[in-house]
Amino acid sequence: MDNKKFVIKQISVFSENRPGRLAAIAHALGEEKINILAFSIAEANGFGVVRALVDHPEKAHDKLQSLGFNIAFTEVIAVKMKDKPGGLYEVAKILGDAGINIEYSYAYSGKDGAVLILRVDQVEDAIKKIKSSGATLLERSIFH
Amino acid sequence: MFWNKKIETLNNKDLQELQLKRLKKTFAQVQHVDFYKKRLAEAGLKASSIKTLDDITKIPFTKKQDLRDGYPFGFFAVPLKKIVRIHTTSGTTGKPTVVGYTRKDLDTWSDLIARNMTMVGITEDDVFQNMVNYGMFTGGLGFHYGAEKVGMTVIPSATGNTKRQIEMINDFGVTTIHCTPSYAMHLSEVAEEMGTNLDSLKTGLFGAEPWSESVRKTLERRLGVTAYDSYGLSELFGPGVAFECKERDGLHIWHDAYLVEIIDPRTGEQVGDGERGELVVTPLVKEAMPLLRYRTGDVTMLMEDGCLCRRGQKIARITGRSDDMLVIRGINVFPSQIEHVLLKIPEVGNQFMVYVDRVNHLDEMTVEVEINREHFSGELADLTNLQKKVVKELRDALELRTTVKLVEPGSLPRFEGKSKRVIDRREAI
Repeated sequence: MDNKKFVIKQISVFSENRPGRLAAIAHALGEEKINILAFSIAEANGFGVVRALVDHPEKAHDKLQSLGFNIAFTEVIAVKMKDKPGGLYEVAKILGDAGINIEYSYAYSGKDGAVLILRVDQVEDAIKKIKSSGATLLERSIFH
Repeated sequence: MFWNKKIETLNNKDLQELQLKRLKKTFAQVQHVDFYKKRLAEAGLKASSIKTLDDITKIPFTKKQDLRDGYPFGFFAVPLKKIVRIHTTSGTTGKPTVVGYTRKDLDTWSDLIARNMTMVGITEDDVFQNMVNYGMFTGGLGFHYGAEKVGMTVIPSATGNTKRQIEMINDFGVTTIHCTPSYAMHLSEVAEEMGTNLDSLKTGLFGAEPWSESVRKTLERRLGVTAYDSYGLSELFGPGVAFECKERDGLHIWHDAYLVEIIDPRTGEQVGDGERGELVVTPLVKEAMPLLRYRTGDVTMLMEDGCLCRRGQKIARITGRSDDMLVIRGINVFPSQIEHVLLKIPEVGNQFMVYVDRVNHLDEMTVEVEINREHFSGELADLTNLQKKVVKELRDALELRTTVKLVEPGSLPRFEGKSKRVIDRREAI
């Protein structure tokens, strides 16, 4: 079975930690009519990585690169969660029991329920386990 | 191979005797220059003050600005009719520096160049294309006459028209070239476009600007030559002052012709072998324009180990200018050292900025460096590791803790010519 359709392209953008950098990224994406579906910022010593799921990752990549940004694609997966107490636990437990490590994660809650975006160390395994546990993975086509 | 085996392999005792004899002679020769006559009188120095080589430390330094102030002929120790040639060095600020040569000077100079070329195995069987400026720049005529002295077949092609240069290399079977490393790079690119691989080339002599080991590798691969570093400056005749031998681990400086000191540019005190500082040279064989303790501004060190080729003590390849030196918590730091560290780390770019601040009475150095576009994985952890790696490499090289800031590619200023990579904010407070 083709599990590739569950692998989603996240854009990761290197950014110095100073005022205006996020605005510059967001403005560039807005200009290209690229919609940001989910996003987070990870911060380290003086710099950060802006991570986002967008509807047109290739276009976002080219636009940001042409502006001089350092940008890479990262493979993530998205799992539907119940938008109620214990919802996150259900998903996290599946991965924990399978010995799959979550490197980072962020979530959003929309009109169709809550979604957990996961960066894991073993993507293929994670997809298999989540599917066999009965939880719902979101397909790439929903985002891009 | 030796051009003058006896003098090139002179034992220490004989060398020092020769140096002292020549230092005394030079001391007498500078008395014909008003600047020195006055300067030495002020310092209370007479011919009898120089009894040993160590006495040289009594003599005040001569600086580039002194030579500029003497424009045009203030430093000539012989009448103009005895001067058979004049060269000038480009003055980035103000007037150029004028250097003059007697007939004997030209002979001495070309002899030193012949030594260098013979040292790397060049003979009269070689065909030599000299691709540098033949005008006021000393590199053109300097190498030209040295090569003729060796007996090489010399092509004075000078600069420009790279395609024609390449045709001549191929048509004349050129084995040896002399040019700047950046021109050599250009030459290799044009040759590639023309679809020729310059088969006859064997040896590349590169100088007049600093170049790295990675440039050496690239040039050797692209041109099919063994590349040698050449060092010199017009004030000390021109090229030929120091040169790499076949070991290519440091440059032999000709101690019978140049008395070498390495000093701490801050204090003027001599530093030990193996310690980096500013090269100070007293030329021992110059007639027209003798100098005492000339501060070259170039940063190097006297190397501790002897050389397999049996010639005298070597200096390290030039790693920068002493004007750029910083003192951070009492430790001398040259921006070129930072550049060397960064060149070895492919994940970061070669551009950098250094900021020096004083925080709670302590010097703090911050190095900004760009991350390399090709090596960005998108993972924060990789970036954090990279940051730690740069800090560690800098600490190993400088023996100094620094703060490293990773910045976006292309965000640091690019400099043409003299760069201002260091911003010292310590006085501003």
